[in-house]
Parts: sequence; C-alpha cells; structure tokens
Amino acid sequence: MTSAAPPAIECRGITKRFGHVLANDAVDLVVHRGSIHGVIGENGAGKSTLMAILHGFYPADSGEILVDGRKVSIDDSADAARLGIEMVHQHFMLVEPFRVVENVMLGAEGGALLKHGEAEARAALKRLAEEYGLAVDPDARVEDLPVGARQRVEILKALYRGAEVLILDEPTGVLTPQEADDLFRVLRALRDEGKAIILITHKLREVMAVTDRVSVMRGGKMVAHRETSETSAAELGELMIGRRPAAAQRPAPSAPGPEILAVEDLRVRDNAGVERVRGVSLALHAGEILGIAGVAGNGQTELLEAVSGMRAPESGTVRLRGEPITGLDAAALRRLGLAHVPEDRLRHGLIPEFEACESAILGYHGDPAWRRFLGLVSGRKVEAHAARLMRENDVRPALPRLRSSLFSGGNQQKLILAREMEREPDVLLVGQPTRGVDIGGIEAIHERLRGWRRAGKAVLLVSVELDEILALSDRILVIFDGRIVGELPGGAADERRLGLLMAGAAA
Amino acid sequence: MEATLDLVVPILAATLRVAAPLILAALAGLFAERSGVVDVGLEGKMLFAAFAAAATAAVTGSAWAGLGAAILASSALALIHAFACVTLRGSQVVSGMAINVLAAGLSATLALAWFRQGGQTPPLTGAARFAPIPLPGAEWIAEVPLLGRLLVGVVGGHAMPVYVAFALVPLAAFVLWRTRFGLRLRACGENPGAVDAAGVSVARLRYAGVLIAGVLCGIAGAAISTAQGAQFSPEMTAGRGFIALAALIVANWKPWPVLWTCLGFGLLDAVAIRLQGVPVPGLGVPFPVQAIQALPYVLTVILLAGFVGRATAPRAAGVPYVKER
Amino acid sequence: MNRELPRWADLALLPALNLLLALGVSALVVLAAGESPAAALQALAIGSFGSWDSVGYTLFYATDMAFAGLAVAIAFKCGLFNIGVEGQAAIGGLGLALVMLGLDSTLPAALVVILAVAAGALAGAAYGAIPGWLQARRGSHVVITTIMFNFIAASLLVYLLVNVLIEPGQMAPETRRFAVGLPPLSDFGFPGRSPVNLALPLALLAALAVWVLVWRTPWGYGLRVVGSNPDAAAYAGIDQGRRIIAAMAISGALAAGIAVNELLGSQDKLILNFTGGAGFTGIAVALMGRNHPVGVLLAALLFGALAQGGAELAFEMPDLPRETVMVVQGLVILFTGALGALFRAPLSRLLGA
Repeated sequence: MTSAAPPAIECRGITKRFGHVLANDAVDLVVHRGSIHGVIGENGAGKSTLMAILHGFYPADSGEILVDGRKVSIDDSADAARLGIEMVHQHFMLVEPFRVVENVMLGAEGGALLKHGEAEARAALKRLAEEYGLAVDPDARVEDLPVGARQRVEILKALYRGAEVLILDEPTGVLTPQEADDLFRVLRALRDEGKAIILITHKLREVMAVTDRVSVMRGGKMVAHRETSETSAAELGELMIGRRPAAAQRPAPSAPGPEILAVEDLRVRDNAGVERVRGVSLALHAGEILGIAGVAGNGQTELLEAVSGMRAPESGTVRLRGEPITGLDAAALRRLGLAHVPEDRLRHGLIPEFEACESAILGYHGDPAWRRFLGLVSGRKVEAHAARLMRENDVRPALPRLRSSLFSGGNQQKLILAREMEREPDVLLVGQPTRGVDIGGIEAIHERLRGWRRAGKAVLLVSVELDEILALSDRILVIFDGRIVGELPGGAADERRLGLLMAGAAA
Repeated sequence: MEATLDLVVPILAATLRVAAPLILAALAGLFAERSGVVDVGLEGKMLFAAFAAAATAAVTGSAWAGLGAAILASSALALIHAFACVTLRGSQVVSGMAINVLAAGLSATLALAWFRQGGQTPPLTGAARFAPIPLPGAEWIAEVPLLGRLLVGVVGGHAMPVYVAFALVPLAAFVLWRTRFGLRLRACGENPGAVDAAGVSVARLRYAGVLIAGVLCGIAGAAISTAQGAQFSPEMTAGRGFIALAALIVANWKPWPVLWTCLGFGLLDAVAIRLQGVPVPGLGVPFPVQAIQALPYVLTVILLAGFVGRATAPRAAGVPYVKER
Repeated sequence: MNRELPRWADLALLPALNLLLALGVSALVVLAAGESPAAALQALAIGSFGSWDSVGYTLFYATDMAFAGLAVAIAFKCGLFNIGVEGQAAIGGLGLALVMLGLDSTLPAALVVILAVAAGALAGAAYGAIPGWLQARRGSHVVITTIMFNFIAASLLVYLLVNVLIEPGQMAPETRRFAVGLPPLSDFGFPGRSPVNLALPLALLAALAVWVLVWRTPWGYGLRVVGSNPDAAAYAGIDQGRRIIAAMAISGALAAGIAVNELLGSQDKLILNFTGGAGFTGIAVALMGRNHPVGVLLAALLFGALAQGGAELAFEMPDLPRETVMVVQGLVILFTGALGALFRAPLSRLLGA
C-alpha cells in the first residue's frame, strides 16, 4: 500500500499551549490517502486539540502542516475546506429545521440563486448514495432524522464540499451498534476511493475493526504509531494508559461497613432525550471510596446527576440506608445526609458572580445557622462561616467577600468540598474533584477524601482521570456506554484490564 | 347589493391601507429575527423614519426625498442595534427598548425645535406626499359588475408604499427561500455554528439582516407620515411596531403568513373604527371596540403559550453568537 | 483573561461615565435643535432642584421611578426582563380604583386607603404572575408576553373608562374623584407646593423590603441563584419555576406603586395613561442602579429630576419639549444596558495598568 506519493496530511512538531497546559507537545502525524487512520488516547491526551488545529479552529504555536507534500497554513475552516480537509464534529453542525439538501449546500451553494445549486446537490447526493451507500432522503428535515442519518448528512456535506481528508471526532459515541457498523462500511468505501480518513476515538474495538494504521497520544505527546494488523487491543490499551508510577498513596485495604447507598437498575435520559444511563446497579458501603472509572460521555455525568437529585431518572430506584430516595430534590437529599461535589464547578458548584461567602452556603442557604431575628440571613454570620471554612481548609486568598470567580480552580474546589463535608453527610458524591486543579491542590483534595473514608464515611467518586481513580478507590466500577462493564478491586487494580474495560474492548 | 358594497368597499380599502405599514414592519422583524437578532425596536425605527420622512418632505417638497431620509434615519438606528447586538454581543431586548425610547425623544424634540408647530411637522401637500395611484384603466374596469367596483375601490387608489409593501411579500419569500443569501441568513437564525463551520461569517449576515430591517422600517415610517397621513405628529406610530411584532409571531416567522396576519389585523382595525360608538344590537351598550383592538395581542399570547398551535421562533434568535471552545 | 473592574468602578465610575456620555450625546441633540446645551442643563437643574416646589415635584416623579425601577430590578435579579411594568401599573391602578370607588364613602379614610393600596398591589401582582406562569410552565418568552400584556391592559382600561367607570355626564374618560387619598408630605411639614405624598416613604420602605427579601432571606438567595445561574438551581434544590412566577408577581405588585403615587397621591381619580411611561423609564433606572435598591433609589432621583426638569425645560425653552429627556433616558439604557461592553474592557485595562 505504501506509495511514493506524499502523504495527504503530515504534521511536524505541532505544539500548542493553553495557559500552563501543554495540549500538544511536538506532535508528528502522517496520514496517507486510501487509509483509515485511528488516533486514540485518553481524555485530555491532546487528540481534539490536534484536530482543531488541522481544521483551522486555532493556530499551532509552532510546527508545520503539509498537505500532499506542500507546506500550508490553515487559519480558518474556509482554509481547511479549500485544502479538502473536512471535519465531522461530535456535536453535529447541522441546521435542524432545514432539509437535508439545504444542509449539504450551505456554504457551497454554487451561485446566488439556489435553483441551479440545488439540482447539482441532488445529483451529487444521488451519486454519493450509490457510490458509498450513504442513502438519505434529500427532502427530509434533519430534525426528523435519527442520529445515524444525521451523521450521514454530515459526511455527505463534507464530501459534497470536496473532502479529500475526512476527520471524524468520536463518531460512534451517539450511534447504536448497527449504525456504527453502517458507518464503518461507508468509511471503508471512502478509503477504497482514495480518501484519507482520520478517526478519533477511545474505543479500541473500533480501532481494531476499521483502521489501517493507528497513532496513540498520551499527555499531549504522540507516543506510538502502529500498523493495525501488527498490534493488538492489549498493546494499544497499555500505550494509551502508559506505565503509571507506583502509586505511593494506594489506599490500604479497608474493612467496609454496612451498605449505605444502593442504586438499582437506574435509567437516565439527558436533556436531548438520549438514554445515557442504561440500567446501572451499584452498592456503596460506609468507610469506602467507590470509584466509577470511564471515558467522559459514557453516562457517568447523568448517573451522578440522577443520584444527587438534580435530574429525575427514567426508572430504577435509589436507596439511602434502605429508604427509597428516588426523585427527591437535591435540597431534600442534603437534609438526609447525601452531599454532592458536582463535576462542573462553575455551572453547578458555585455561582461565579456571587461573593465567596455566598457560594459557601449554596444548597444550605436555608440553614438556621446563619439566620437571626425574624429568620433573616445575617451577612455577618455568612461571612464568619466562610472565613472559618477558608481558614480550616486552607482556601486562599481567605477573603470571604471576594467574588467566587476570582479564586483559582483549586481553591474554588476546596471551598466546595469544605461546604459539602461540613455537615458530615453519610454519603458524599464527588465528580471530577480535581479537574483544572494544580498539582498541590490535587494532593490536598485527595488527602481530604481519604481522611473522610477513614472516618467511616462513604464516597462515590466519578472521575475520568485514571490516576485519580487508582489513587483513591477501594473498589472500581467501570462504566461504558451507560452500563457497568466490570468491577475491580482498588488496591491492586489490573491497569491493563482497566484500560481495556474503559475502551469497551473486554467484558 | 350596492348598499353592501358601499359598506364593504371602504372597509376593505382601509384594511389594505392599515395593513401596509404592518406588513413592512413585520417583514423587517422577519429579516432581523431570521438572522438571529431579536428586534423589539421596530416601533422606534418606524417612528423616527416617519419623522424623517415628513420633515424632509416638508422642507424639500419631495415625498421621494422624504422616503430616502426615512430609510437613512431608520437604518442609522438599525446600525446601532447591530453594533450593540452583534459586535458587542449586548442584550438584544435592551438595545431594542433603548432605540424605542431614544426615537420617541429624538423625533419629538427635533420636530418641535425645527418646525415650531407643537411637535408636528407642517402639513404635506402635492408632491410632498405620496398620492393615491388610481388603477390603470379604472373607468373601464369599474363597468364590470361587482368585481369592477371591488377592484377599483379596494385594490386601486392606494399610494405607492402600499403597493411596495404587498410586492415585498413575494420578494421576501423569494430572497429567503430561493437565494444563497436567504439560505445562509435563515441558517444563522437557527444554528450559527453551522454557518461558521461552513466558512461563512455570522456577523456579516446578522448585520445584513438587521440593516434590511432598518430599510423596511424606514419605508413603513414614510408610509405612515407621507402616504397614510400628511404630516408627522409625536407618537404617531401608536404601537404599530409592536402589532407587527405580534403579527410576526402569529405568522410563525414566514412571509406569506405575515401577509395574511397583517391583513387580518388590518381588517380588525378597520372594523373597529367603523364600530366606534355603534351600540350592540339588542343590548344598547356600545360595542367593545377595544376588545377587537386587543385581539392581536391576546392571539399572540395564546399562540406563544402553545394553547392553540405553536409559535416557533428561530432557535438562535436572541442569543449572541460566540465561537465555541 | 479574567478582567474584573474594581467594585467602586463597577458601581460608581461606570454608571457615571455612561450618564456623562448620554448627556454628552443629548447635548448634541439640543445643539441640533438650535438651543444651547449649557442653558438647557441650567434650566434642567433649576427646574428640578431650584425651589422647594421643584424639589417636591422631583421627589414626586422619583417615587414613580423608584417603584418602576424596583419592579424591573427584582425581575432582573431572577433573570427576567419585565417590560410589562406599564401594564401591571395600569391594572394595579384599576384594582386600587375599584376599591376606592366602592368603599371610599363607607369605610374610614385610613382603612380604605390601606385596602386600596393592597388591592392595587394584588391586582398588579396577579397581572405580573400570568406572564411569569407562562414563562415558567409554558416556555413563552416573558419579554414578548409582557409587551402584549401592556397593550391588553391599555385596551381594557380604555374600554372600562370610556364605557363603564366614566363619571356620568362627563366627556373625559375618567372616574369620579375619590373622597380620600394619600396625604401630601406638605401635611407633615414638607415645604412648598407639590404633589409629593406618602407614597414616597412607601417607596423607600419597598426598597428596603426588596433588599431584605432578595439579599437577606434564603428565598431571595434562591431567586438570585435562578437569575444568575439556572443550572445551579437544580444542584441547590431550588424550584426555578416557582421563583420565576413569584418574582414576576412581586414585580407587578411593585409596579402598582406607580398607581398609588399617581392616583391616590395626586390625581384622586383613575385616568388613562397615568403612568406617563414610567414603566419604561424603570428599565433605565434599574440598569443604571445596577438592580440594587440603593442604586435604584439614586437613579430614580436622577430620573425624577430629569422628568421634572424636562417639564420646566419645555416651559423655559419653548423649542425643547419635555420629551427631550427621553433622549437622555434612551441613551442611558443604550449605554448601560446594550453597549455596556464598550467601556468595560478599556476601563479595566486603564485601571489594571
């Protein structure tokens, strides 16, 4: 297959920095025509950044891109389009009330009037449907189409605009297995026509099934390139996760107490109506940290929201100390001793424009502790309370009247943790506790959670950071595609197996 | 028969006359909101344009010069709106309300100061006003029984802006649904991200939508002060901009339904004027014309609440576009 | 990245700058009208604060503005843009007038006035709660529904005043005069002759009540959470829909304060258009007052002075109508509300340097 022709895409030493995060560190990538090239990696490995640079979303700090052997600069998506680079986004860029043919034409109408261009687009749609098996009714409204068909529209759009290089970002995340198989059939047909296809994914099964070559990213670096036929899911899984430093702080085996929180066959839909949690059952015991590992977008967010009372589940039950609590709101659950450190600090955990001391009572704002005569909230008591929390938990700067948004991520998180732990709830739900927190902050937060467990409390930890799961959990459940696909003991977790489970490659 | 015609013809003629500025303003709102920018400032733009038209026509003696001034004045306000909403991503509703208040103050102040006639502009006569245009060949058409009188009396005899308003409906439909510009503009109002991803500037399209609204409100204002009326007086648009907004919602942001809705609202208005002071047969109390006048607003609320049908605004209308990530 | 203005700049410098700019542009309009901006400003100042009479009038108008500004502000705090203050005030006035017309000759004066105020507030609240309910439960945008409700209220009032409540034998669409009303402040020793009345202390009380409610109760805390971050409301266990309905009801009740000031304090009868556009000015007041009761009161004083000064201006300078102050109002709304981003960035750069 290797030809003398220059590669369709060649990236040399691409580097991109956001603040103090090095998202891409001298990344190289070569993608040939007539091949499907997988790019895999954990959350935050740098895949999306690299693709955004290729698609002109933002420029690289350094490095160069060659298309068909010529050095090019890609400043916006129009540049990318001129070079034949098109992207199928994870969140479709479609105009839902429009017909399919209108969506396909948008930006490539072929003249001031639509009449001529529409005829051309129809002919092209017909041709593409026959060539690649991409059949979609050109007059259907996108909003009436199932997700798989919408994705076909995205691909058709790209092809109609003359895509030679097609980038697909986690394309199967929203598809049923059958739809995914259809997609792979299309991708193979496109490859056979000489297109270059870049498939970004974290699912090893897909990589093994459909790609010709695969590149593995980890921590912003490109760590390996392989011919798919010469590698295995196991090897890729290891490369993806890497060799971890021996965890110094592995939790000592605990003697868990009685079961305190039980989830039975929970099903949850997201705002778009997609079933994100598909029958999850789990049990949490006093004195343990139960980690939910998984790649982002596999239902862990909705699971946490449903258990914490933020989102009503579709079906299933949640019990706290044996009592059913399904469907109670977050305020009621807090009173029952179930607290929640949410995944998204700035959207849920605090109110960015509130003063820190006000954010420090979010969810507990009705508490009599800061009320005085007539039940009015005492500003002084609220401030004093925050000052104490800040002092005891080393939140800096210790200024209760400072606006919440002005604290660093780590200090915001310490404040939220302090708030949620203050009333010593029996169950603490914790989502992504160290996202956007610097190293020192991470250690402090981990230490607090361990101390909490030692005190006999129960913690349900959701994190997409494998290191965090490994460092804290007594037991690990792996969530994939809305289901719990495996359970591992915490102390001596088999990392290889964990990686495979997270990638949906082992049962 | 003749007696019925004597009653019906003037009412229908008035319907068309009253509907014309509503159609223009509603189409203005249509272009702005289809591009994704909410426009509650239709009223202000029309009012300011009405003043500019009457003032210029009074000074120059030319209705056409007045029309030009009206379009410029209204477009200037539209430009402020676009700058606030698109460039600065400010609140679209606040900006629209500001324009309403500003236009009311500006038109009243300048009218009084420049013409010293208690806030009105001088009465317009002759070429300073858009005169009624009789139907070509009216004498012969009128001979045709029934239809002839309806044609001559209802369709004929309106001023230029009225015909422009009705001609603009098919034009707007054509532009929005048959041209590249229309496709992109509508896409901007539904999902600007898709437009951006296709390599097309969202800001430029939204400016275009808001400025088209400015031009159309300009024509509407000129129609009110130099065709329907013959001078400017403070507050003379009397909430028509908000009725147009209501019509736009009832018409579900589509040009042809805008025409029917505005005609319907126009008919209500024409009928209400006829019924002023007329007692309800058998009851002796005067007819509640205010109930008829409030009907457009009530209808809009009912539609918005989804009790009957459903008004679906362009999805991205009112939301400033910020590139994600 | 996270540029923040110092508090004093945010609360004082920026509004002052916006006002200055609005006045500057208005000066150009006055120039275009062929008058001297300096003379106009002087006439405004003397007209609004030049004598005890004019101070009284300024305070009288400021009372309207305070109620209107508080009404807009409390809705804003819940993330709602209530353009319907005009209509809520009108319906509030209707409720108030019905009580007065029905009971003013049978009950003791103090009692009937209190009942009338309560009825006005209740009517305004109900009329505000409907758009709130439509927003919370049916998803109908409150901006559009409140605009429509203004016109519906106006039509209703015209119908009732022309056909039902009109004083028999009279031509003007007005009710008969009420037998009692709110006493003017001159009864309590306020100097000069002006209609400023007990509604002014009532407005101050309302401002205090709004502050306590919004900033000093758990309920108001929830209101502010809904207003600034609806997503966080679910996290904190706050019922967003109920807050929205209640905020609109309170907003409507505050709007009825305009009716109390105008009808019970000055007109002593129900007339058409008694709000005089105060409901819309309330938007400018709330924006300039940063939706805080103290800021709203200060802004209300400013706009009250503009309203009174504008009337005097029209008297002193025959070429300038009282609508001239609407230019200032419109510009203030524009600069503080819609073009707010214009100065924020340069200012924070300037102060950060």
